[in-house]
Order: sequence, then C-alpha cells, then structure tokens
Amino acid sequence: MIEFKRVSRSFMVGGQEVAALRDIDLNIAAGDYVSIMGPSGSGKSTLLNLIGLLDRPSSGIYRLDGGNVTDLDDQQQARVRSEKIGFVFQSFHLIPRLSAAMNIELPLILAGIPPAERRARVTALLENYGLTDRAEHRPDQLSGGQKQRVAIARATSMHPAVLLADEPTGNLDQTTGREVINLLEKLTEQNVTLIMVTHDPAIGGRAMRQLHMVDGRITNESNT
Amino acid sequence: MKLLDIAQFAAASLRGSRSRTLLMILAMSIGVASVVVLTALGEGARRYVVNQFSSLGTNLIIVFPGRTETAGIGPGMLLGQIPRELSLDDAQALLRSPAIARIAPLTIGTSQISQNALNREVVVLGSTSEMLKVRHMSMGLGQFLPAGDVHSSESVCVLGSKIRRELFAQESGIGSWVRLGDRRFRVIGVLASQGESMGFNTDEIVIVPVASAHMLFNTSGLFRILVEAKSRDSIAAASRDAEQILTERHHGERDVTVVTQDAVLATFDRILRALTLAVGGIAAISLAVAGILIMNVMLIAVSQRVKEIGLLKALGAPAAQIRKLFFAEAVLLSGIGSVAGLILGEAGVLVIAKLYPALPVVAPWWAVLAAIATSLGTGIMFSVWPARRAARLDPVTALAGR
Repeated sequence: MIEFKRVSRSFMVGGQEVAALRDIDLNIAAGDYVSIMGPSGSGKSTLLNLIGLLDRPSSGIYRLDGGNVTDLDDQQQARVRSEKIGFVFQSFHLIPRLSAAMNIELPLILAGIPPAERRARVTALLENYGLTDRAEHRPDQLSGGQKQRVAIARATSMHPAVLLADEPTGNLDQTTGREVINLLEKLTEQNVTLIMVTHDPAIGGRAMRQLHMVDGRITNESNT
Repeated sequence: MKLLDIAQFAAASLRGSRSRTLLMILAMSIGVASVVVLTALGEGARRYVVNQFSSLGTNLIIVFPGRTETAGIGPGMLLGQIPRELSLDDAQALLRSPAIARIAPLTIGTSQISQNALNREVVVLGSTSEMLKVRHMSMGLGQFLPAGDVHSSESVCVLGSKIRRELFAQESGIGSWVRLGDRRFRVIGVLASQGESMGFNTDEIVIVPVASAHMLFNTSGLFRILVEAKSRDSIAAASRDAEQILTERHHGERDVTVVTQDAVLATFDRILRALTLAVGGIAAISLAVAGILIMNVMLIAVSQRVKEIGLLKALGAPAAQIRKLFFAEAVLLSGIGSVAGLILGEAGVLVIAKLYPALPVVAPWWAVLAAIATSLGTGIMFSVWPARRAARLDPVTALAGR
C-alpha cells in the first residue's frame, strides 16, 4: 500500500540545510495499524505529511497503491488526497462558521459529489458517530470529544484507504481520548490503513506495528 | 466542485464575518449609487435643456442684429458703433427664400400695464400673427393677433394667463381695455398657461402687434426675427438664405447673426454630456476605492483563514479551487454591493424627481451598466491577488497556522 524507498526530507533553516528525515525505507500494507512514536523533532510529523502528500520528499521514491506519487503536480496530489487519504488532527481543524454536518460534508463538496448522495452519506456518518442531535451545532458548541468525532467522520466521508492521525488525542482527556482511539481502531477492521503519530506510549502501544523515530530515522520497530 | 457549491461556500464565509461583509457591501453600494445619482442628475440637466429648446419651436432659426465674432472685439465696437437695426421690412424680405416657411419679428420692452386701479410692470412683446405657430404657443381664450399688414399698429393685445388673472380675476377680460404706457389696448385673447420656457415665462407677458410695440417704445428696430424653416432638411438652406438676403439689404455688410436652434442645442448637449461623464467619472473613483477596500478585506481574510486554507488543501482542494473560492467571495461581495447600490441609487433618483419635478432625472442606461461593470471589475481585479496568495500557501505551514 505505502512504500518509501530511501526517502529523505531536508529543510533550509537560516541558510543551513537541516535533515528532518534521512533515508527512510518503509512498507505499510493495506489494513495495517501503525503508530509512530518518538521525541519532538524526530521527524514523525514530517513523515506523516509526506505520506499524506502534503509535502514532497527531497529525494527518494514514494509509491502509494502501486503508483509512483513522488512527483505529482498540485492538481494530481490534491486528487490523491481527496480520494485515498483522510486526516485527523490534534487541533481538530473544524471550520468554525460551519455546522458539524457541513464540516463533515466538506470533502464531498470539494470532490464534486452530487447533493443527494452527499446528504445521504452525511446522515449516515452523523448516526455512526452519534452526532445526529449535534448536526446543526457549530464547533464552538461541541465538546472536545464531539469535535474529534466530527473530524473523524469528515476524514472517513470519502472512504479513504489511508487514515493519518496526528496526535488525535493530544487535546482530549483520557476517557474521551480512549473513545476516539476506539473509533479509529474500529476503522482498521474495515481494511483502512491507520497511521497515527503519538507521544503517548500507552496509545502507541496498542498499534499492530510501532515505529520509533529518533533524529529522522526509524530506529526500532516493534510488533504486537 | 460545482459552481453552486462554490457560491454557497463563499456565501457561508461572508456570513461568517457579518459586520465586515456589511461594511464592504455598503462601500460598494455607495460607489454604485453615487455613479447612478450623479449621472442621473447630469442627464436630467441635459434633457431639461433639450426639452426647453424644443419647446421654443421646431426647425427654428433665430436672427439677431449685430455680428458676434469669436475672434475677439470687432472694429465697430472700438469705434462705438452700434450694429444696424433689423427692420420690419428686413423681416418680411426673408419670406422670399423658398426654404423659409414663416417668420415672426420680435420686439421686446417693458411697460406699465393698468386696468382700473390695478397696475404692474410687464414684459411687452411686439410680434405678428405668425408668432403663435412659430413659437408653438396656444391660446386659452379668444384670438391671437390678427393677420394682415405688419405695419398697422392696431390697439389690440393678448395677455399671458397670469397677467389676466391678476388684472381681471374671475372675468375673462376679453373685450376689455387695458392701458399700456400711454396707449389703450383692447384685450382680444389670453394665452394658455405654458409655464417657464428658457427662463422666459409666457404667463407673464403681453403681446401686441409689432408696429404698436414700436410706437410704444419709440423704436423701429427688431430684437429678434424668429424664422421657421420648411423642414428639418431645409434648415441649412434657410439660414444661408436669411444671411444672404439680409446682407444684400444691408448693402453687402454681414451685420446679422443667424443661429439655428439645432446648433445651440447641439452645443448644450455636448457640454452637458461631458459634464455628466465628468461627474460619473468622479463617482467612479469611489468605486475604485471600494475595490481596494475589497482587496484589503480579502487579504485580511486570507491571513485570518490560513488554517482553513491548509485544511481545504488537506481535504483534497487543489490550488485552482482555493483560488475560485476566494474569487467567488469577492464577486459575491461586489455583486451584492452593486445590486444594493443600484437600488439605493434609483431610490435617490426617485427622491430627487419628487423634490424637483421639473428636472427629468433618469440614470442613463450606459451609466448604470458602467457602474455595475466597474464595481464587478474592481471587485474581481482586486481579488485576484489575495486569491492567488491563498492558493499558493504551503499546506503544512498553513495547517500549523504559521
């Protein structure tokens, strides 16, 4: 599903080249549940951004679903993101002026899906995530857990093959955090590839594959 | 992403910052409204003048003594010469031209009019029976000056409607005698009320035969000769003939001025149209200012919504789509602004029309189109840069809100 070959990413910081990722080789199969752990600055988020096609590698090759996606242009990248990748963020990233239902609908609108089908999918998603009575609430009227549920519903609205979660429980208390993790894990049962960046070893430890990163390299992989 | 969805999304973001949106629309609509109102005023002034001129008569040529040269002071003026008078015979001679249908000589003066104990100052016009047709006047009561020898100084007069009212109140006044200066005149008719025309109120004049007026004012010259050409096409021929005939009669000296109504009208028309364009242009500057305001607001919107733009990119919106979204917002803003401005402007025009019924204020269609085009144009033009800026944002940094 996801295949990295000697992928590096470096940034120019103050005229100096700083390597964020060094020669990463990585294979993730469809339906895998992967957690990425490591101290800050170890390159976890950079790796996630590369997988999500929000960023481009400085060198190396990235294959997604068998196709080379290393050198896609903006339009093609956007299309792959729309069709294959879902994002869940630490700070939810809901649009404050839109209702929960509208936030969930957003990827469908952007993809140009007809209104009737959009409504059907949104209704189903609201129900799946227990948000039916919160459909018309704006994000500032929702609790943290509800916000993240809206975000997950939004991330899955296009039925992506890969779900990328960057510290999805970072802004939540333990109980709601665990609920959110349960929801995400349930998705892996439907053959969705879940890749999650986290600080929390208790959460990261639940993953099937656990990647430990230090200084831009994957130093250690443990499987459960 | 469908067009309707783009519009809805843009509308939702405009609703998101309500006060800012309202202020923008206000700025835009004031710009459009000022273009509409100012050009309507200019156009109204133009139409007013044109109407006034046409009410003077049709195919009209005006002859007056003396020659106005545009090349400064003529030699005659320095020597203290006054131009040769136009005589009644000069006027009659004009009828020799085949292009001239009728003429009306005109003498003007002021005199005291009195009837019993009532008296007032009036403008007295001396003319002939033809004047009624040449000047497009109509009678309210009785008859106009009788046709016949222009040299006969009959003691009859025609009153303006206001003069009649003042002198005779409820009575018609026809057949009564009034005193003008040191002569007595019998009232044979009353003009229909026409109101003001070129600053000349026909309701407050008294018309007497031209020969009588000459005796009254002790002159022999004419103030004007009004000439009506046979048709619109013969205006040029008629004015050429008039000038030629009078030059011959004045021993080869071209000492009269012949103006056609059309020439005067065309000049006024040009001046007033230029004026309308000028005020319209000044108003359009406020539209440009509104456009820059839109740009400013859109730039602020882009920097305030960096995270949102990052999110849209992560959700699969390519740069082109982000550009469209911001573009749509600007178009909506200026579109709503221009519609509101149009309504505001037309309302203003209505109010002016109510306040000054004499002025035919109507916003010319070209000004309305130009106002809308300018507002949409500036709105679109000034949103290109912010939209591009939004579209170029790097998704990773944008999501981080940096």
